[in-house]
Amino acid sequence: MIPGSFSYHRPASVADAVKLLTDLGEDARPLAGGHSLVPMMKLRLATPAHLIDLHGIANLKGIRRDGTNLVIGAMTTQHDLLASDEIARSAPILHETALLIADPQVRYRGTIGGNVANGDPGNDMPALMMTLGASYRLEGPSGARDVPAADFYQGAYFTALEPGEILTSVSFPAPVAGHGYAYEKLKRKVGDYATAAAAVVLTMAGGKVASCVIGLTNVHETPLLATDAANAVIGTSLDPATLKKAAAAASAIMSPAADARGPVEYRKHVGGIMVTRALQRAVAIAK
Amino acid sequence: MAKTHVTMKVNGAEVEGLVEPRTLLVHFIRENLQLTGTHIGCETTHCGACTVDIDGMSVKSCTVFAVQADGSDIITIEGMANADGTPSALQEGFRMMHGLQCGFCTPGMIVRAHRLLKENPSPSEPEIRMGISGNICRCTGYQNIVKAIQYASAKINGVEFQEAAE
Repeated sequence: MIPGSFSYHRPASVADAVKLLTDLGEDARPLAGGHSLVPMMKLRLATPAHLIDLHGIANLKGIRRDGTNLVIGAMTTQHDLLASDEIARSAPILHETALLIADPQVRYRGTIGGNVANGDPGNDMPALMMTLGASYRLEGPSGARDVPAADFYQGAYFTALEPGEILTSVSFPAPVAGHGYAYEKLKRKVGDYATAAAAVVLTMAGGKVASCVIGLTNVHETPLLATDAANAVIGTSLDPATLKKAAAAASAIMSPAADARGPVEYRKHVGGIMVTRALQRAVAIAK
Repeated sequence: MAKTHVTMKVNGAEVEGLVEPRTLLVHFIRENLQLTGTHIGCETTHCGACTVDIDGMSVKSCTVFAVQADGSDIITIEGMANADGTPSALQEGFRMMHGLQCGFCTPGMIVRAHRLLKENPSPSEPEIRMGISGNICRCTGYQNIVKAIQYASAKINGVEFQEAAE
């Protein structure tokens, strides 16, 4: 399987990349890790005339602290996330999630920017970024802007990215010390997208849930925040009745596609189970 | 489409070639360089038979373009033996532990296991299984591949290999 012909560009700066994308228009695609785009090109489901490879832009890679925020460059790979002490210490749920993406070889190439910007409902990072309250830095021909992850996803493969714009970094407030977290993903095999997955970040006070955010992966055409489910557990000690209520509230907003991963009812059912497991594990970790 | 001149180091030797941008690295390695040890399996980024080591990372060479590897340092299965030509600890492990049957996945398995042991010279069995989870074998059931990597790990660490009781 060989992709169609294209011209290859390797700009050295974001400004050059934006200019190329703007000048070349719809026929140009940015290339990050390429492990979603290249397989689609081999199947001729994507036929860009120009690829703008972002690997030549040095300052798109790296993890840094900015006050209480963590800022991650778009070209930082899943492998970089797994190797980062800062991530392991400050946002271990990101470590846990990165480890559930694809396989070791793909994680050496796959980037956080590509994962969140592609708009693929199967990708794991978007729901996690919404759970963490992340925002995305988008740079384009008319300058830079920050868009909350929660406002970024408009439909499957449709995002807030405007023509000529590149997602250059993600940032989110580091979760408070002692928080509980879990990313529970049901998948058929290593490398598969989620049949359903749930991210939970919560805090406890006096044996009760003080705050809670729940994100859902691959149970809708966009990632979801399960707000009703999260509200249902706040103020409780996560007794069985509350867990059941939260799972039902989360399932109620799911509208997964029926595909090889199962029929709609099954995916909603296991989606509720992922929420239950993630809540239970997060509470056990929280201090 | 105009061809691009690329140079890279492959198994220690400087190589160069003219490639179309769409030329996949695995095709450049097999067809231009005539290094056919790197196999093409699924062509869909799943099976890992095409795994090569690029700048210290295990990469599926069917999913990167040769132009992207311009200037990089690559090791393929042909570069895995010891400097004196004898089999490496991993190659010896695959032989001694019967870590292959048809052999099609073996180049990718060995190249991947090479990087795994560089990063973690003493992996546990679960770490080995996770570490090679991007490589598919349809013959062995993986058991003897895991043993082969354990054998190599023991040899690298200078300890005697002891098979776990089954």
